[in-house]
Amino acid sequence: MIQVVLPANLRTLAGVGSVVQLDVTAPITQRSVLDALENNHPALRGTIRDMDTKKRRPMVRFFACEEDWSDASPDAPLPEAVVSGKEPFLIIGAIAGG
Amino acid sequence: MSKVRVLIGTRKGAFVASSDASRKQWKVEGPHFAGWEVYHLKGSPADPDRLYASQSSGWFGQVMQRSNDGGKTWEAVGNKFTYEGEVGTHAWYDGSPHPYEFKRVWHVEPSPDDPDTVYAGVEDAAIFKTADGGQTWGELPGLRTQKSAPGWAPGAGGLCLHTILIDPSKHDRMFAAISSAGVFRTDDAGKTWRPTNKGLHSNYIPDPDAEVGHCVHRIAMHPSKPNVLFMQKHWDVNRSDDGGESWHEVSGNLPSDFGFVIDVHANEPETIYVIPIQSDSLHYVAEGKLRVYRSRTGGNEWEALTNGLPQKDCYVNVLRDAMAVDALDPCGVYFGTSGGQVYASANAGDRWDPIVRDLPPVVSVEVQTLS
Repeated sequence: MIQVVLPANLRTLAGVGSVVQLDVTAPITQRSVLDALENNHPALRGTIRDMDTKKRRPMVRFFACEEDWSDASPDAPLPEAVVSGKEPFLIIGAIAGG
Repeated sequence: MSKVRVLIGTRKGAFVASSDASRKQWKVEGPHFAGWEVYHLKGSPADPDRLYASQSSGWFGQVMQRSNDGGKTWEAVGNKFTYEGEVGTHAWYDGSPHPYEFKRVWHVEPSPDDPDTVYAGVEDAAIFKTADGGQTWGELPGLRTQKSAPGWAPGAGGLCLHTILIDPSKHDRMFAAISSAGVFRTDDAGKTWRPTNKGLHSNYIPDPDAEVGHCVHRIAMHPSKPNVLFMQKHWDVNRSDDGGESWHEVSGNLPSDFGFVIDVHANEPETIYVIPIQSDSLHYVAEGKLRVYRSRTGGNEWEALTNGLPQKDCYVNVLRDAMAVDALDPCGVYFGTSGGQVYASANAGDRWDPIVRDLPPVVSVEVQTLS
């Protein structure tokens, strides 16, 4: 199972805890993980990426295994540690303000 | 026995306050959608337990919420707002053309007779409609493609469509107010729109008497007199006696005619309320005093209502959607402040008491009168 960690505002919107477990069909990529997340929790559609273009919203970041995957190709394979469920895929609300 | 339910949108969630008709003891529930900006929430006149809320965030965009039980529980509904056809441009701050881009829903206006039909006023300025309880939203593009639209320029708060009034005597006639373009009217249920700003005078635009470009902050109407409209403009309070065909100023003896809110007494169509704000640069109440001003003559002659409101060291703002009236007799008047206070008067403004004092900054206040 893929583990996804959501920011607090999206947890309340989706009505989930801090970690969401997802059964994702390979290949495990940003796109397939986000597709599965939105299918399981339709309230999240449009809040992480644009509904039509699927582009990441500007103030949302994606981290995995201590690396920033925000600007990586959505179809790039995610690290093995994410695929195996050992490490989570992190969705972060970007730091903004003072 | 009648009850009232006050729907409060804040910068960090929504709250629902309720009371019996005495309007003395309040039960406050929330926050709903904690941490999200709730620009507006409003109930359906056709089914008072059906509520709609606009929930948004600079990080996570727009979410629409619906309640079928008066705000106890909520479900996220459709949040796809796509401009119809060619998107086109409006004027940017430097005067250059800028593509229309959806940012958020400022105002929801449920239909008077169908709980599944709702209009939404959005930024960048356009009007959308749902007829399926919020699952899908479609634009009424006649407004955004109105011939003056390419020249509309955003004010400091953005190019927002913030007020929608539906004529209760003929629902095909609606008014929409856009900051800072002006008031527009449709007589064919939103297919076509035309500007209705004659008589407005704004010194902050190149032609003070222009047909379009006035920064209208709020318009209000009494249901029994749909041809009479009241307006709080950026500066000036105005009224129209002919359905927006012409306007004249009724600021009279107000200490400042800058402000955001304006509303009409539920049982007296010529009794209106505003809250003067010191100026467009200060955005707090005039003279450090929180005063509601009431005119019983439809404008020009105003009296300060201060009983129960802070009269020194007060520097809050009251935003455009943050005043409402109930339908009881005597009429209840409600408003919320940038300091998180929500005040209620159960006697048309003669005496004010806080419902709640320490909420996040209040963006909107609506009231439902329940039997």
